[in-house]
Amino acid sequence: MRRAAFWQGYRDCAPFIAVVVPFSMLFGVVARDAGLDILQVMAMSVLVIAGASQFTALALLQEQAPVFVALAAALAVNLRMALYSAALVPHVGHAPLGTRALMAYLMVDQAYAVAVKTYEDQPRMSRDDKVAYYFGVMALICPFWYGCTLLGAVIGEAIPPQLSLDFAAPVCFIAITAPLLRSLPHILAAAVSVLCAILFAGFPSGLGLIAAAIVAMLVGAQAELALRRRNLRSAP
Amino acid sequence: MIDTPTFWTLTALLGIGTFLVRFSFLGFLGGRQLPDWFVLHLKYVGVGVLPAMVTPLVLWPAATGGETDPARIIAALATFFVAFRLSVAGALVAGMGTLYLMQSLF
Repeated sequence: MRRAAFWQGYRDCAPFIAVVVPFSMLFGVVARDAGLDILQVMAMSVLVIAGASQFTALALLQEQAPVFVALAAALAVNLRMALYSAALVPHVGHAPLGTRALMAYLMVDQAYAVAVKTYEDQPRMSRDDKVAYYFGVMALICPFWYGCTLLGAVIGEAIPPQLSLDFAAPVCFIAITAPLLRSLPHILAAAVSVLCAILFAGFPSGLGLIAAAIVAMLVGAQAELALRRRNLRSAP
Repeated sequence: MIDTPTFWTLTALLGIGTFLVRFSFLGFLGGRQLPDWFVLHLKYVGVGVLPAMVTPLVLWPAATGGETDPARIIAALATFFVAFRLSVAGALVAGMGTLYLMQSLF
């Protein structure tokens, strides 16, 4: 059974390879452009394994920002993963500590979104299958992340900027968000999230994101409670 | 240029810090039962975080120096529509395809 769940995860995240490839290649290209050697590029991708914060750290280093400023900004971009971490607890919190540590290392946006959607669609999935599924997702994404960063770092300038590879990032996030809009409260929360992102655009990067996410989560949860109350009242 | 000691200090600290953020709840709360109100809010983590992350990337892309680019907004809408109605894989093709089409037209 666990093996089947692993391969199901592997297959379910296959479409995302199409965006992991350009996004990780882009990091390789940009990092080499900024003057890092190949070992440095790969060390960053393997140790941090979080594209958005790697780009942030790189940009601030290039601007000669102090280390702690670059660190704080890059970590703020990653704060959203504390929310993913919490959201995974009800599903895979039972796993042994070492397994949870490995899951934490591999926690990326695609893994979170693909896994939690499946967990909610298939409430009868066993807890061990949920763990296997998660690793199946990352068993496909992780090698592509490392490999294509290396490819980008090696071929570097051969990729013309007209390809707009940077746009692969928002395209990827939109593609993983749309299937999550499963009910009216989810749609409301997403709309509030967009609105707050615009309102909070002046906040330091990362913090605006967290603030927008928290407001959206409150709206989503309240909308769900309101819907439940209305259904209770209209029931005979 | 980025000097070598600065780079390695930042990368090591960022690696450790990012791991701790990811490990936080999953690592320290583990098998414990979470309160209902907390779990209710956690259902909206994905739809709370991801749209807020996409919005600035689409409206003020770094590639254009933060200048709003109608081609990217239209491509983002096309991506959303296809992902919502059809398929994830189709959305990726539609998104990049629409962007290239817009860029070649204007």
